Amino acid sequence: MTEPLLIRGGRVIDPGSGFDEVADVLVREGVVFEISNGLSDAGARVLDARGCIVAPGFVDLHAHLREPGFEQKGTIATETAAALRGGFTTICAMPNTSPAPDSATTIEALVERIARDARVRVLPIGCVTRRREGKHLAELSELAAAGCVAFSDDGSPVADGWLMRHALELTGALGLPLSEHCDDPSLNHGGVMNEGAVSERLGLAGQPPSAEISAISRNIALCEATGARLHIAHVTTARGLELVADAKRRGLPITCEVTPSHLFLTEEAVFGPGRTPAYDTNAKINPPLRTENDRQALVRGVNDGTVDAIATDHAPHAAEDKFCEFDDAASGISCFETALGTLMTSVERGELSLPAVLRALTVGPSLAFAIDLRIAGAGALKVGVSSDITIFHPTEPWVVDPQQFASRGKNTPLGGRELHGRVRAVIVGGKLTLHEEVAHA
Amino acid sequence: MLETRSAPTDSATAITAWTAKDLLDTDTLSLAEIALIMETTEAMSEIRNRPVARVATLRGSTIVTLFYEQSTRTRASFEVAAKALGADVVNLTASGSSVEKGESLIDTVRTLEAIGADVVVMRHGKSGAPYLAARNTKASVINGGDGTHAHPTQALLDLFTMRRHIGDLTGKRVVIVGDVLHSRVARSNVWSLMASGANVVLCGPATLVPRTLHGHSERGSCEVTTNLDSALRGADVVMALRMQKERQDGGLMPSLREYINGYQVNARRLALARPGALVMHPGPMNEGIEIAPEIAHGVASVIEEQVSNGVAVRMAVLYLMTTARRP
Repeated sequence: MTEPLLIRGGRVIDPGSGFDEVADVLVREGVVFEISNGLSDAGARVLDARGCIVAPGFVDLHAHLREPGFEQKGTIATETAAALRGGFTTICAMPNTSPAPDSATTIEALVERIARDARVRVLPIGCVTRRREGKHLAELSELAAAGCVAFSDDGSPVADGWLMRHALELTGALGLPLSEHCDDPSLNHGGVMNEGAVSERLGLAGQPPSAEISAISRNIALCEATGARLHIAHVTTARGLELVADAKRRGLPITCEVTPSHLFLTEEAVFGPGRTPAYDTNAKINPPLRTENDRQALVRGVNDGTVDAIATDHAPHAAEDKFCEFDDAASGISCFETALGTLMTSVERGELSLPAVLRALTVGPSLAFAIDLRIAGAGALKVGVSSDITIFHPTEPWVVDPQQFASRGKNTPLGGRELHGRVRAVIVGGKLTLHEEVAHA
Repeated sequence: MLETRSAPTDSATAITAWTAKDLLDTDTLSLAEIALIMETTEAMSEIRNRPVARVATLRGSTIVTLFYEQSTRTRASFEVAAKALGADVVNLTASGSSVEKGESLIDTVRTLEAIGADVVVMRHGKSGAPYLAARNTKASVINGGDGTHAHPTQALLDLFTMRRHIGDLTGKRVVIVGDVLHSRVARSNVWSLMASGANVVLCGPATLVPRTLHGHSERGSCEVTTNLDSALRGADVVMALRMQKERQDGGLMPSLREYINGYQVNARRLALARPGALVMHPGPMNEGIEIAPEIAHGVASVIEEQVSNGVAVRMAVLYLMTTARRP
């Protein structure tokens, strides 16, 4: 039996119910036993949470764990340790592994590894098409039965409209969301960063916003035609988000996510802060960092609730994947351990609102993928069910040092930057799994 | 995004010594640095006119040309320049070197540094590659052309050539016509010409011109247009860029014929420019495509002089950078 925990004196926020009060939280036998003031610590380990926020454990709809197949970039053990440090207690694993989880066999093998190595809850996302090649549909019902939380071909968009339509008809019948990286490869045409002022300045091939916008538009039309649940992964453009907002107003079963990177950085990060261009490969991600106008639109989208989830798109890479020419560098940012810091820094600046951020880290994603049906209380903090809790200090300053990451991926454009807001402790399934002294000793 | 970062405040305060480790583009050059290169180039031109065009100033220095892309004039120009100054020259191309065995750019540059290279002149097909190299070696790196980004010594030789014929470029209209979007020559010229006070006009088909490289600097300006006839009116300099034949396969242009009809620099169009306007081309030329043969070899053409000045500019740059490294 796990040790009872008393979280004392924190600001307890449950975005789903709107609860927001300074209170004590007693966790016993894996569940939240009581939320009240002046609880007795009899027999319980006391966590002093004064000055901290006590929130439901964060839920991430979009992460890359790299195992199996790319263990030099990360493993289930290392990347879930990183997730834990970032306050994430449930993460959805994207299927761009080798082999890709496109059959019950590969999913079952993955679930076994997760059970053995994962430090937080991991839910696999299954492929839409075999080997993520966009040619033949994977055996979707078998994948659903094996435990997939959603379907996606991850960074390989289902470019063929005919195939996408039928994929949605089948995933819709299964009642599972299809998470799509919306991008028209014929428009992207080998681009390596956002098409615009910086790409023209640096002589780098651009990825035009229209590549995302047109793909979102097509997929919304297919969502409407099929009635299937469609999740738009990492929206990056102002116009793309407007399309999603419009589809939601019309009542379509559509959800979307944005990443902390796109909420905090712009295409300027590729140029870097100096006079001499940096060609910073750590700022190379796909979809790319966009303009300040786009960034501000995404911030507004989080604040007004258009954005259901803030998802990390955590993408660890080995050093050599980034220590090369910009065109050749791998795309992605190791994001778990900086996500909260960037979000809370933005809150402190008066851009993002705290309740909106917490909603998009907890109940928002939980509902988008119906995770609360798999893990009782996921994304919530209330008596009787939930037992995943993240305790963080909202303004504590710290400097990003990638070498201190638990993630195998040290690839971040934020190295050396001061961020505000830091995870202090994480409880998974009622068990104190991460505590400040342990994490940052 | 036309502005250069925190544009060097330029009093024309003369400087007498070079301090920068690398020459990667013209965008970070101060007016004083440009003036120093121009003055030094004058001196090098004079050396080149001597009966024996050779000095021993850089004896004991090792210059490596590292070319990942094919090049005739730039590589040869650097080699002649280095030898004219008495330096040892090592020429490496990607084919036939350890690059073919998969060696990374960084390892290659570090190896050259360990061998004793003082200066690495680098040509690379990927934009930004010399920046990566420069950050990871103590050797000085000169960008001899990177992808579709920059080609600073070409821009400097263009500037030198224009100043020889026109003098002060303040208020002069310089039209650069062709595939500007993919041109490292055009980009580097924009920075050094604007710094010199010129009004640059970038012109080409709508699919081959940038959308954001327009605006004003402290001294000069840059505009983008698709109308060559109007661009040429009152031009002091007309520079045609090489038209890559691949562009028509990439869907960027219907045909070469269409390009020629709209953008070839020919006698009729040149008549729109100011009388005596200079005709330039960075080479290699596709005569009959971006430029009519009679114009390329006509009285207004300074194309061969550009090549010759290129050696002097590269001598100047090698001299300044190599001597700056000496204790």
